[in-house]
Amino acid sequence: MDYETHEHDVLVIGAGGAGLRAAIEASAAGVSVGLVCKSLLGKAHTVMAEGGIAAALANVDRRDSWQVHFADTMRGGQYVNNWRMAQIHAQEAPDRVRELEAWGAVFDRTPDGRILQRNFGGHKFPRLAHVGDRTGLEMIRTLQDHGIHLGMSVYMECTIIRLLKDGDRVSGAFGYWRDRGRFVVFQAKAVVLATGGIGKAYKITSNSWEYTGDGHSLAYHAGAELIDMEFVQFHPTGMVWPPSVRGILVTEGVRGEGGCLRNSEGKRFMFDEIPESYKAQTADNEEEGFLYVLAEKYQGRDARRPPELLTRDHVARCIVREVKQGRGSPHGGVFLELDSFARWMKGRNPSFNAAEHWKKKLPSMYHQFKELGNVDITRQPMEVGPTTHYVMGGVRVDADTQMSCVPGLFACGECAAGINGANRLGGNSLSDLLVLGKRAGEFAAKYAKEHSAGQVHADQVEEAARWALSFIDEPQGDENPYKVQADLQETMQDLVGIVRREDEMLRALDIIGQLWERARKARAPINREYNPGWHTCMDLYNLLTVAEAITRSALERKESRGGQFRDDYPHKDTPRFGKVNGVVWKGPDGRMQFRWEPIPEMPAELKEIIREQNQGKLPEELM
Amino acid sequence: MAQATFRIWRGDQNGGAFRDYTAEVGEGMVVLDCIHQIQATQAPDLACRWNCKAGKCGSCSAEINGRPRLMCMTRLDDRRFIDLREPIIVEPMRTFPHIKDLVTDVSWNYKVNRMIPKFQPRKPDAADGTWRMSQAEVDRIQEFRKCIECFLCQDTCHVLRDHRMMGDTVDGELRELFGGPRFMIRVASLEMHPLDIGDRLQLLKDTLNIGLCNITKCCTEVCPEHIHITDNGIIPLKERVVDRFYDPLMWLWHRIFGDRASRESAQNRTPLPVVSS
Ligand SMILES: Cc1cc2nc3c(=O)[nH]c(=O)nc-3n(C[C@H](O)[C@H](O)[C@H](O)COP(=O)(O)OP(=O)(O)OC[C@H]3O[C@@H](n4cnc5c(N)ncnc54)[C@H](O)[C@@H]3O)c2cc1C
Ligand code: SF4
Ligand code: SF4
Ligand code: FES
Repeated sequence: MDYETHEHDVLVIGAGGAGLRAAIEASAAGVSVGLVCKSLLGKAHTVMAEGGIAAALANVDRRDSWQVHFADTMRGGQYVNNWRMAQIHAQEAPDRVRELEAWGAVFDRTPDGRILQRNFGGHKFPRLAHVGDRTGLEMIRTLQDHGIHLGMSVYMECTIIRLLKDGDRVSGAFGYWRDRGRFVVFQAKAVVLATGGIGKAYKITSNSWEYTGDGHSLAYHAGAELIDMEFVQFHPTGMVWPPSVRGILVTEGVRGEGGCLRNSEGKRFMFDEIPESYKAQTADNEEEGFLYVLAEKYQGRDARRPPELLTRDHVARCIVREVKQGRGSPHGGVFLELDSFARWMKGRNPSFNAAEHWKKKLPSMYHQFKELGNVDITRQPMEVGPTTHYVMGGVRVDADTQMSCVPGLFACGECAAGINGANRLGGNSLSDLLVLGKRAGEFAAKYAKEHSAGQVHADQVEEAARWALSFIDEPQGDENPYKVQADLQETMQDLVGIVRREDEMLRALDIIGQLWERARKARAPINREYNPGWHTCMDLYNLLTVAEAITRSALERKESRGGQFRDDYPHKDTPRFGKVNGVVWKGPDGRMQFRWEPIPEMPAELKEIIREQNQGKLPEELM
Repeated sequence: MAQATFRIWRGDQNGGAFRDYTAEVGEGMVVLDCIHQIQATQAPDLACRWNCKAGKCGSCSAEINGRPRLMCMTRLDDRRFIDLREPIIVEPMRTFPHIKDLVTDVSWNYKVNRMIPKFQPRKPDAADGTWRMSQAEVDRIQEFRKCIECFLCQDTCHVLRDHRMMGDTVDGELRELFGGPRFMIRVASLEMHPLDIGDRLQLLKDTLNIGLCNITKCCTEVCPEHIHITDNGIIPLKERVVDRFYDPLMWLWHRIFGDRASRESAQNRTPLPVVSS
């Protein structure tokens, strides 16, 4: 078998925010680092993030602190988060954001010249550092331009398809170059997975072709465990029209800046159902919600947030309800409009210029709707509906070091799990990438310094290469890989989507079984050069692995919590499911296994923080 | 549903040719949708790059009916570029070495980027290690930082496209290197950064050869982010280079005090007054 070999102390798979931050940290620790990515550098999903980075800098509201951020994150995650990760994340995020500024990032400013922060769903105070609505671009470019001067080797358009092991530990990775289809082996003392999410398992998604759950699947097949896979985040606002852009994200920033959701009757339906645990912080009238956007007082106290800024799982379900009950927009969504806020502003200040205001606050949304939807958002309402956006579940790792149960294998960013629990708050991903990406890099470098290199075993390499080539070499098989992928997406969308039921999910499992068979027979033209058909054949293996993990976990959690909503169990069942995480791993017979794992008791001082932030209620009472 | 003919460049380094495909065109569709449709139904190995499908990542650059465009942001009902009665010609960016079909080797751009020394901030303004900048101060470079690295401006610039000034050998003759519009505005984003005290004027003049730009503004016309590459970026940089290297007084100052002096004077400069609203 013909392949090239590269050796590094630390191999980072994925060059989004998490991978780049890990690679920067490991390089700074003086070890040799290789950074691999499927696309060109700077094109990872992180580039698309819009709204901002959550960090309790307290620049806009002095009362913010890591404690409040921690409590918000736990409440958003419905208390099944890894509390230690949530704590580290809240404590370290401000430093990670300031560090970006020191590396050249240019955030929007407050009047006194500091980093400006904006409101977002589930965050008590304005907390998201941002650059208009292109924060991810600023972040990835800053990391990239900083990282390339630190001596790391970057392997672009190179896809990893197997992790290599030496006994229990990881010893490297095997992949192919996109352009020529040649194979490559990376030998490494430590491997960091930072491959992002799984959105391509669904039909309607804000995610790109890259999001096929590679890191989840690589880790799973290498013996690591996945947790919380039932928790998939459906973002409430994706574009719904025209069909070709269905699913593309409409940032939560639109609502943070005063956007209102309305049904076909013109009603602001989000006022209809405000969950008990958020009542104390949610406005019950339009005026107060608008004042909140401006961070002003209402009847002598701080204005409370508009109901559009409730957590994403809740808003998405309210939209589904409106559409199901026949109050949707013409193309099966609801309306999101900026006009009410603009008119209210104009009432306060006759010189308020709506067109200019929105173009400045939401430039890329303006652009996106104008060019793709023929809609001028400064004058016309947008049509929006839920879209598959983010996966809370992922590789189970240690909170402090980000190492999985496979020695030498680390994971960070969206492909790792723990910090978000049942639902992620907007803005908490970008901060997670920085905080836990840095830690993954730091501890991977430490591991590499303390261990010698493991062996790369030729039989594993041969096996992986034979498998890869089977999709173009072997004559038997005639499945179109694109068709198999589309059928899987349809299945997950319809049967394991926002609203789930046991019978439907059992049907999904059946279909997934059949799709596994068809995926083996998928074939692409005999041609190794830049052949997307061939790549899709291989992606199916990962997509089916995560689809199965999501479905099995969702079946087991017989309750509704955060990203998981069960029609047949529409309420939370805290005694049974409030203190456990679902774990999936590959059994010795190659079949997927499932078990519940209790969440360790939260230390008293963290409980106290939650109590302080929730009108004297302890986590147990809030769950 | 209407049908359209797509005339797509197929081939690799060994050569290629246009091939015609038919695609169904529905409401609101963009060129990239049709490329995907053709991939899924007729040509599974048709190579193209894309990621975001929303004009945010700069992956899907190509030449559509001869114009450098993002495929994901070119609607089929955009009469400025497309007439559905005629075949729609889609070909790779012609300035860069070809890999396959619509994919080109853009690695040269990453090499140029590496030549640019990184951001060098002045000492922090506040005791907690942070800086103060007003929105007005950062507005100017935020424009440059919108760049999504689609490299369409590089593809268009005649200095690169026609004169092949990429610092390598063409037909046995070594050509000078021109950094290209993308990297002019990247340098601008550093040079005009309110905190940066680095000095990249020598680099602009002698390495990236800003002098080779003759301000045709073709780059600005194709930029999908509508960055005023020439007016706001290249022209002010050219002025700085002229002031430094061709203004006799400035020249003398630098002869006597060197670049360090100017860096230090920048460092000691009091920050611009902060505006409050
Ligand atoms: C439209 C949109 C807007 C968003 N807005 C926000 C926001 O405002 N705030 C926020 O906090 N979060 C936001 N998110 C979520 C956030 O952007 C993502 O969760 C985050 O960027 C993921 O980062 P990452 O580093 O984990 O992975 P990514 O940035 O996705 O990077 C993954 C990397 O892994 C590589 N890779 C994958 N598989 C392989 C393989 N097999 N071999 C080699 N390389 C591989 C890819 O090429 C890529 O480089 C948004 C998401 C979307 C889609
Ligand atoms: S203005 Fe300069 S950089 Fe832009 S296309 Fe013309 S010559 Fe090239
Ligand atoms: S400046 Fe504009 S055209 Fe050039 S690479 Fe950046 S976004 Fe593309
Ligand atoms: S796919 Fe990202 S710019 Fe076109």
